[in-house]
This record gives sequence, structure tokens and C-alpha cells, in this order.
Amino acid sequence: MEILYAVVVAVLAGSGIYLMLRARTFPVVMGLMMFSYAVNLFLVAMGRLRTGAPAIVMEGAVYTDPIPQALVLTAIVIGFAMTSFITVLALRARGEMGNDHVDGQEDQEPGR
Amino acid sequence: MMQHWITLPILWPLLTGVLLIFMARAGRDAKRAVSLVSALVSLPIMILLVQQAMTDQIQVYALGNWVPPFGIVLVLDRLTALLLLMTSILAIMALLYGIRGDDKPGRNFHPLFHFQLVGIYGAFLTGDLFNLFVFFEILLISSYGLLMHGAGPARTRATLHYVILNLTGSALFLIGVGTLYGMLGTLNMADLAVQMRNIPVEDAPIVQAAGLILLVVFGLKAAMLPLYFWLPNAYSSASPSVASLFAIMTKVGVYAVLRVHGLLYGPEAGVVAGSIMAWVWPIAALTIVFGAFGVIGARTLKRAVSYLVIVSVGTLLIVAATEDQQTLVGGIYYLIHSTFITAALFLIADIISEQRGATQDYLAPAQPLAQPRLLAVIFFFSAASVAGLPPLSGFIGKALILTGSAGASFAVVMWFVMLGAGLVGLISMSRAGSTIFWRVSESTAIGRKADRMKLAVALMLLALSPLLTIFAEPVIQYAQATATQLLNTTGYIEAVLGPSALGVQ
Repeated sequence: MEILYAVVVAVLAGSGIYLMLRARTFPVVMGLMMFSYAVNLFLVAMGRLRTGAPAIVMEGAVYTDPIPQALVLTAIVIGFAMTSFITVLALRARGEMGNDHVDGQEDQEPGR
Repeated sequence: MMQHWITLPILWPLLTGVLLIFMARAGRDAKRAVSLVSALVSLPIMILLVQQAMTDQIQVYALGNWVPPFGIVLVLDRLTALLLLMTSILAIMALLYGIRGDDKPGRNFHPLFHFQLVGIYGAFLTGDLFNLFVFFEILLISSYGLLMHGAGPARTRATLHYVILNLTGSALFLIGVGTLYGMLGTLNMADLAVQMRNIPVEDAPIVQAAGLILLVVFGLKAAMLPLYFWLPNAYSSASPSVASLFAIMTKVGVYAVLRVHGLLYGPEAGVVAGSIMAWVWPIAALTIVFGAFGVIGARTLKRAVSYLVIVSVGTLLIVAATEDQQTLVGGIYYLIHSTFITAALFLIADIISEQRGATQDYLAPAQPLAQPRLLAVIFFFSAASVAGLPPLSGFIGKALILTGSAGASFAVVMWFVMLGAGLVGLISMSRAGSTIFWRVSESTAIGRKADRMKLAVALMLLALSPLLTIFAEPVIQYAQATATQLLNTTGYIEAVLGPSALGVQ
């Protein structure tokens, strides 16, 4: 399970970073979302992966560390707010600058 | 009752912000009054907290009475109290300036302003790494709104870059925090420092990597070398009152480096001791160099001031990297000086730009100003102070840093870049001043005289510079005790976790 989990985190983070390096606002927003998913999964894994164990600390029992789950919950809420903000901002930028390039102006293609 | 005072810096602006949201449709004057009164009321609270901190007793407040390290703690020491007081003064000044027009374009300037303060105060107060992340997000999301306030394509573009960079930074922050939690099993900063002293050698690389990731995050907030490119655009396009409040924002990043890396990766941190600060000083030196190039190459006054902010950040980071008591004393003095003087310069640049018609603050010949003599004198004093000429506070700060750092291993580099940056700053500011005040076209001034309130606010901020010189003795005494307290990580840990926390070693 660990390997599958690590691969999922890596693929999500990799795709996220690739998309963030694009020059258009929509791919950048998608990239930020994917990267934050990868980070959330990573945070859960930091409490060590266990299957079928309750997130309740009890004497002598096998349990999953509940703290990373609480952290992820907080991170998801904050991430949601940030995503909605940047979506609105990207729309605003599209409206004000007339295109969806992150610099507000199209690249000059060579030879044009 | 007294022990609850420490929560007020967070709760008071939070309640004000909520109240102001409900007043969204109320008259502008009512909102301004509530906002200003709230900012003024927080000043005595901060003075009280500074007085409490001056007992040299580190105050710890366990939220919900959860015993540390299990709950979130607020910690008040001398450095925190000083920064709270500085932010509070700056907030009043920025608000006084803002109510003369900057708050007009939208309804929510005032609530955003107070939520911004919640985030800044909280980041200074918290003793928990994840809680630091949460307060960073609060201050960031309000700063996005404030930066956008008034809109316009330049502001939208700068905000877009700023938001994308900071969202990436937040994700990295979570990776750093997660890695530290995975390795050390705690998030309380004092407890992290205890665990850090006992980690086995084979865990050191991972923990170091986490520290470096956090350095990238704090470096982004502080505008450290490869991560400062957002700052000149953002600060020079923001409305002036917002830009002057943001003078404290880069200091939040520097504070986080001092607190987190000083505590977790300091000289007593076992196998990872000193591994982070070895990275900080070369980067900080380069930050100063690039900032100085930016100052001399800037084509508008506001951009020049933005690059001066970067120079001051580099100076503070190189001071942090020395981890030396005497240098830190100078650094803390310089922190106070640079925050207020750059805030004042943003306001002065705006006042000048308003009187130059379409030329604004471009460093090009234009019509004469409506109040050339008054503004020239003000500009001269601020430029002299920021460049570090005696007898103003910039000189004392730099002199203290340079004399204190004589023993540091990289003192030669540090002296060279700091003095060089001072010279470059002096040249650029005199060039800017001569362009604005002397190279004027023949036509008469058409700009209107500056708003009295705006002038008064800029003068008050500027007056803090000679005041810092006159009252240098008590300020330096405070800085000395602050530096001692900051370097005494054992004292911090024992204050948070109890005297027996380190006994098990």
C-alpha cells in the first residue's frame, strides 16, 4: 500500500507542478489544486499508514494518529477558501486584462 | 484576569472585523470611526503587554487549558511584544492615512484591514507550528483583498502573481510541517526543539530538508533572494496605506526564521545544529546586493522604496544568521527603524506622486510640486535616515550591527555588502530627489496641496526616526534583553513545557 500511496502523491504533485508552470490562469489554478491534494495526502501519511484502525487513542489498542487527520481537515478548509478566491481572481484578471495569460499580455511569437 | 490579556491582540481586531462586516451598508464615517477607535484601543493593550514582557518572564497561555505540548499555546516574550507594539502603531498610522481616500473604492477595506491584523498578531504570538500556518493563511487571505483594493489592471496582475506564489508557499509550508510532525511527533515549537536535540544521526537529513523547506516558505514571506520578485510589483501598485502596513509583513517572515529556525536548528539542536543558518547568510548577502541593484535601477520612486524593503530584509536575515547577541541587538534596533522608515517612505512617495500630475512618481522631469520646499525637506530627512546617515536612526542601527558582527566568520562579506548597499541607497535617493525637486519644467504647479492629515501621518512616522536616536539608550537596553532572551532557547522551552522538560536528557 505504501508504494501505491507514494506513487499517487508523486503523480499528483508532479502534474500539479507541471500545470502551475503553464502561462494561463486556468491550468495554474488546476495545478495549485492538484498540488494541494498531493500535500493533503502527504500530511495523512505523516501519521503513518494503517488500515482498519480507529483514530481514537486508547490504552494498548492499535490506533491511527488522529492529529494529521485534524491537520488535513484544517488544510482542506483553508485550501477550499484559497481555491475559490483564486478562481474569482483569475476571472477578474481575464475581464480586466482581456486575456487569460498570467502576465496579462500574450507572448510575442518569434517571426510575427 | 491578567493572564487572559495575551489573547486580546487576536480577539480584539477579530471582533472589530466581524462588526465591520455587519456594518457593510452603514455610512463610511461610521465604519471609519469604529475602525480607528478599535486600532487606537489596541495601542494601550500592546503597551501593557510590552510592560509584562519587560519582567523577563516568558508568558505562556494554553488555549482551552490543554497542557502543552498537547494544545495550542500563545507565547509572549520580549521580541513578540515589541513586534506587536510596532504593528499596532503602524496600523494606526496606515488607517489614519487610509481614511483620507484609500478606503473609498470598496466596502470592505476596514474589515480586511482588521483581519489582516488578526493574522499578523497571531503569527507573532503563537507557539505552535501548525497554528503559525493558520495565522499565515489569515494574514495572507486578507492581504490578497487589501492588495486588490481599488483594483485596476496593474493591481490585479500584481495580486495574481502574489496569490499564486503564496498558495505554492502555503503548500510547501504544509510539507515542511508534515515532515517535522512525521519525524518528531509534535507541533509545539518548544517540544519540537526538545525532540530535535535527541534525534538520531540517520534522521538528520530529513529533518534538515524540512527545515530548508520552511526556510523557503519564510523566505517567500520575507522576500529573500530568489523569492522576492513579487514584492516590487505588489508593493508599488498597492494603495499607499496598504503598502505602509505591508512594511511589517516582510518582518513576519524574518520573525518566523528567527523563531522557528533559531529555536529548532539553533546551536543547541544536537546533530542539526547550525545546518540552516549556514545557508541563510550567503543568501541574505546576495539579497542585499540584488536589492541595491534594484534601488539604483528603479524608474519610479515607489519601486525604489520597494527595493529598499528588500535591502532591509537582507540585512535582518544576515543578522539572524550570526546568532550573536551583540549583532542581534543592532538587528532589533534596525528592525524598528527600517519598518517605520520604509512605511513613511511609501506615504511620502504617494504624496509626491499626487502633486506631479500624469508623471506620478516616475523619476523623470515633470511639473513642479505644489509644496516643493516642505516635501523636499521631508524627503531629504527620510532619504538620509534610510541610507543610514548620522544622526538619524538608520546610522545607529547599522553601526550597532557592524560593530557587533566583528567576530562573525563572514564579517568581511557582511561589512562589504552592507556599506556598499548604504552607499548605493544614498546615491539613488539623492538622484531621485534631485530629479523630482530640481529638474522641473517651466510651467507652474497645477497639483493641489497635500491633504493635511496625510502630511501629518507621514511626518509622525518620520519623527520616529529622530525619536529612536534620542531615546536610543532605553531602546538598546530593551534590545539587549530581547537578544539575550531570544538566544536562550532553554529558557523558552522551560517556560512553555515546565522546568523539567529538558531533565530527561
